[in-house]
Amino acid sequence: MTMNTRSQVLLWGAQRISAMLLAVCVVVHLITIIYAVRNGLSAAEILGRTRGNVAWGGFYALFVAAVAIHAPIGVRNICAEFGWRGRGVDILMCVLGLTLAMWGFRAVWAVVS
Amino acid sequence: MANLQVKIWRGAEEGEFQEYEVPRLESQTVLDVVTYVQRRLDPSLAYRFACRVGVCGSCAMSVNGVSRWTCRTHVSKVAPDDKLEIAPLRNLPVIKDVVTDMSEFFDKWAKARGRFTGSKTRKDAFAEVKPESKQRKAVDAAIECIGCGVCYSACEVVTWKPDYLGPAALNRAWTLVNDVRDVAQQERLAAVAGDAGCHACHTHMACTERCPKGISPTAGIAGLKRAILSATLKGEM
Repeated sequence: MTMNTRSQVLLWGAQRISAMLLAVCVVVHLITIIYAVRNGLSAAEILGRTRGNVAWGGFYALFVAAVAIHAPIGVRNICAEFGWRGRGVDILMCVLGLTLAMWGFRAVWAVVS
Repeated sequence: MANLQVKIWRGAEEGEFQEYEVPRLESQTVLDVVTYVQRRLDPSLAYRFACRVGVCGSCAMSVNGVSRWTCRTHVSKVAPDDKLEIAPLRNLPVIKDVVTDMSEFFDKWAKARGRFTGSKTRKDAFAEVKPESKQRKAVDAAIECIGCGVCYSACEVVTWKPDYLGPAALNRAWTLVNDVRDVAQQERLAAVAGDAGCHACHTHMACTERCPKGISPTAGIAGLKRAILSATLKGEM
């Protein structure tokens, strides 16, 4: 069974919007990593800055949400071009998205809480 | 001038390239070469052409791996080493030699609702469309398509997803989406939306690169995506 056209269009829209978010998030994330490494911040120092910080928590939560939306839609498209389409692959992609979200939010929680 | 070494596809889906030697002439086109082979060397060679001047769009073939109109392709431009490999267009079933079956290509135009649907009768006045209007300009940029199939043959997405409508059909739909007289807009947007429609386009732009008329189907497809998203958000899809 194939997904209806409206849902296909909404998936496309979700992928575009999540891509725009990712473009910003990835740049901010890279700058953050480079800053942390070049200044030789220890794990304890990093946690000191992230714990209880609503801004970093919010930023990384948004990043995780964008990844969890963007990646499964893209993988679904790749599967379709290799001839694998239909309900089965759609369900698997939902599982992939939820797994990514779970891992990501767990990591965000670990550095913020 | 040296002779040309020409390889031409012979057979149907199964087949092989056959080699011919063709005299190199001044201002020679690839179509001239194919015609020489058929008239002088091997009358069983099947190929299509009609106008010879880039109007009809029937002589498109793959020349040294690139889809082109053979009538408007000078040998000097594509075969500096005097070697030519001529094959049928990609992404279409081969009937014989370099003749492809275009029916699926045109069926997809129909699937994309590529025909005008008006509401006026002969008793109504002419519709007034301002040449400088945004829609008319969008139509102007895309309307000169003659359905040669070069873009369809160049498109990687068609290769991967054989049910994809393809650049030509979507370009045609885009001209009608911008036709203010047309009354079947919602049906058309629904017909070209989704995984087998405009949303399958990867924006590789091979169609735009290869179109002999200088049309950018990619731009039209992007326009369709915008129109469809906006219709979806308004709850019209």
